[in-house]
Amino acid sequence: MKWISLLQLQPMTELAIQARQLDKTFGKVRAVCGLNLEVPRSQIYGFLGPNGSGKTTAIRMLCGLLTPTAGDINVLGYSIPDEAEALRLKVGYMTQKFSLFEDLTVSENLQFMADIYTLERKTKQQRIGLAIERYGLNRLLKQRAGTLSGGQKQRLALAASTLHQPELLFLDEPTSAVDPENRRSFWESLFDLVDEGTTILVSTHYMDEAERCHALAILDKGTLMAEGSPEELQQAIDAHIVIVESEHPRQVGKMLEQQDFVHSSAQVGNVLRVMVAHDQGSPEKAIRDVIAREGLNLKECTITKPGLEDVFVAATRSRKKPG
Amino acid sequence: MKSFQRIFAIVKKEIRQLRRDRLTFGMIVGIPVIQLLMFGYAINMDVRNLDAAVADLSGTSASRQIVMDISQTQIVNVIAQVSGAGELERLLRQGKISVGIFIPADFDRRLQQADRAAMQLLVDGSDTVVQSAAAQLALVAQQARTSPYNDRPPVMELRTYFNPERRSPVNTVPGLIGVILTITMILFTAIAIVRERERGNLEMLITTPLKTPELMLAKILPYVLIGLVQVSLVLLLGHFLFQVPMVGSLLNTYTVTLAFIVANLALGLVISTLVSTQFQAMQLTFFILLPSILMSGFMFPFAGMPRTAQVIAEVLPLTHFMRLIRGVMLRGASLQELSGELLILSGFSVVLMFLAVVRFSKRLD
Ligand SMILES: Nc1ncnc2c1ncn2[C@@H]1O[C@H](COP(=O)(O)OP(=O)(O)O)[C@@H](O)[C@H]1O
Ligand SMILES: [Mg+2]
Repeated sequence: MKWISLLQLQPMTELAIQARQLDKTFGKVRAVCGLNLEVPRSQIYGFLGPNGSGKTTAIRMLCGLLTPTAGDINVLGYSIPDEAEALRLKVGYMTQKFSLFEDLTVSENLQFMADIYTLERKTKQQRIGLAIERYGLNRLLKQRAGTLSGGQKQRLALAASTLHQPELLFLDEPTSAVDPENRRSFWESLFDLVDEGTTILVSTHYMDEAERCHALAILDKGTLMAEGSPEELQQAIDAHIVIVESEHPRQVGKMLEQQDFVHSSAQVGNVLRVMVAHDQGSPEKAIRDVIAREGLNLKECTITKPGLEDVFVAATRSRKKPG
Repeated sequence: MKSFQRIFAIVKKEIRQLRRDRLTFGMIVGIPVIQLLMFGYAINMDVRNLDAAVADLSGTSASRQIVMDISQTQIVNVIAQVSGAGELERLLRQGKISVGIFIPADFDRRLQQADRAAMQLLVDGSDTVVQSAAAQLALVAQQARTSPYNDRPPVMELRTYFNPERRSPVNTVPGLIGVILTITMILFTAIAIVRERERGNLEMLITTPLKTPELMLAKILPYVLIGLVQVSLVLLLGHFLFQVPMVGSLLNTYTVTLAFIVANLALGLVISTLVSTQFQAMQLTFFILLPSILMSGFMFPFAGMPRTAQVIAEVLPLTHFMRLIRGVMLRGASLQELSGELLILSGFSVVLMFLAVVRFSKRLD
């Protein structure tokens, strides 16, 4: 008897989510291809990817809303989608689009969700009270949800999807309609939840948000392009980043992009952020040489530490221009 | 009980939303009232004050008497005395009158001759209302024949081209309950679910522990109440505006109506699982509504329909409800006498509910 329970315990103690070779096709569109995923418990795990990269589709498969075309999923020890119903009480899901009832008030929405999760009377009032305080909903209680601002809506949605204290929380682009100030306090709440032991899977296309995650998966066109903590990803990038200052940044940028050893060049204010192939021996020298040869102006040229955005650009370009 | 808590939460939410949705709330009361008034008066055969002209060529006391009798019915309003049939025809063509009363010179003699009509009623055949009014006039003229001849052919011969059942509001109102409920009930549940799918609420709901049968039941319950409110409204208006009698018991009326309401709500749920937009839900509802109105016996007598139409009609809930409600309200039939139809209607509800639960997926694909 003992060894059976040990076997069952093992996946539960380590990973919240495990997915192997996950595939989803809609007609001819491959929304997710061969996704392998391991999400540890009590962490914030991020899906970073542009629109249409398959973030929503992947999350929907993980909570059992979509049947995968192929692949295996295990979430909190349950095999998904077969055991999706058993999982319902243990997960919370905040959809990309606001999905509470716009014609109900904040308070009515919270009461409704508490009843749907069949909280007992006492627990219910206690949890709702806590959520109201925690997410600053006190003065909004009588307001219809449809009239809330983007940030207020997200706070309400987070409050509603955590009333039953889920072990695992899926957040699909939770802050896309939220200003930076509110975005910061939203993330503070997420770290509070993680402190209490909640595992969070969050999708985003904001770099600053991705940077806060414990671990990240970069998705592009349904494929996992890179995975790891933000630091790991920045260290492992297979390219050099060079900052180039010039009096004519646009001209220089266009010229550089045509060079074989340059992956990309992006203007940030007055400077250019140039990504150079990793096998280029001395990237600064190469850039100085080519600018001098074209007779263009150059003020400054220095190598810098790659940021997450560079990781993202490098990861998503490697498929467009293989090799 | 956990299921009960969830069902109650949804019912409460539905009612709150309904109260705040002014248009839908208005429709709950507006549709029955407007439909009842429209249908009730449109099929009302108590036509009054049709303009008429008289050509009395005989001028006897008998002929004057019959013109007076006809005028007293107030169906026609004699606006002119003319000298011949030709002039009557001209006035009819010009639309100046709807009815022409022609009394030939030998009217008195014709009255005695039982094998011939004694007078003519020229009516504007393009108007079915006038047609049916003329039928009433014929009855009046019949009294002109004195008793020994009463079993003889009529004084005026008239064919009724329309409305062979001589339908009146009395017959229409019970059926109208069925038509109104078909429109509103199917649409309410179909839209209640599809709207939540469109707004994204459903994606959130299906990731909660809420079970499909709970959701379906909770979507039906508030609308049962609304259906009963609508029926009460139609019954009250029918009683006070059109003097529709209530031969059977009120309890039986509500019992058969309840069975019909549930069947339609369940049908709405099935529709919601077939469509993805509110517009499609509406189209599908009207796809069912039209044959229901035409084939259920509401518009045309069921017995007169072709065999295939009758077979199709049997799978429409309204057909069975029409038999039930007319039986209860107009003939005072007991539920035992109607148990067959009641069973079929309940069977519809069970099958449709089952279909809706099976077809509704807690998945998005
Ligand atoms: N239900 C669906 N039917 C057909 N195509 C879909 C469906 N859902 C998503 N897609 C397609 O799958 C791809 C990934 O979409 P999605 O997962 O929504 O990306 P993201 O959330 O990263 O923006 C897109 O090309 C989208 O058009
Ligand atoms: Mg998305």
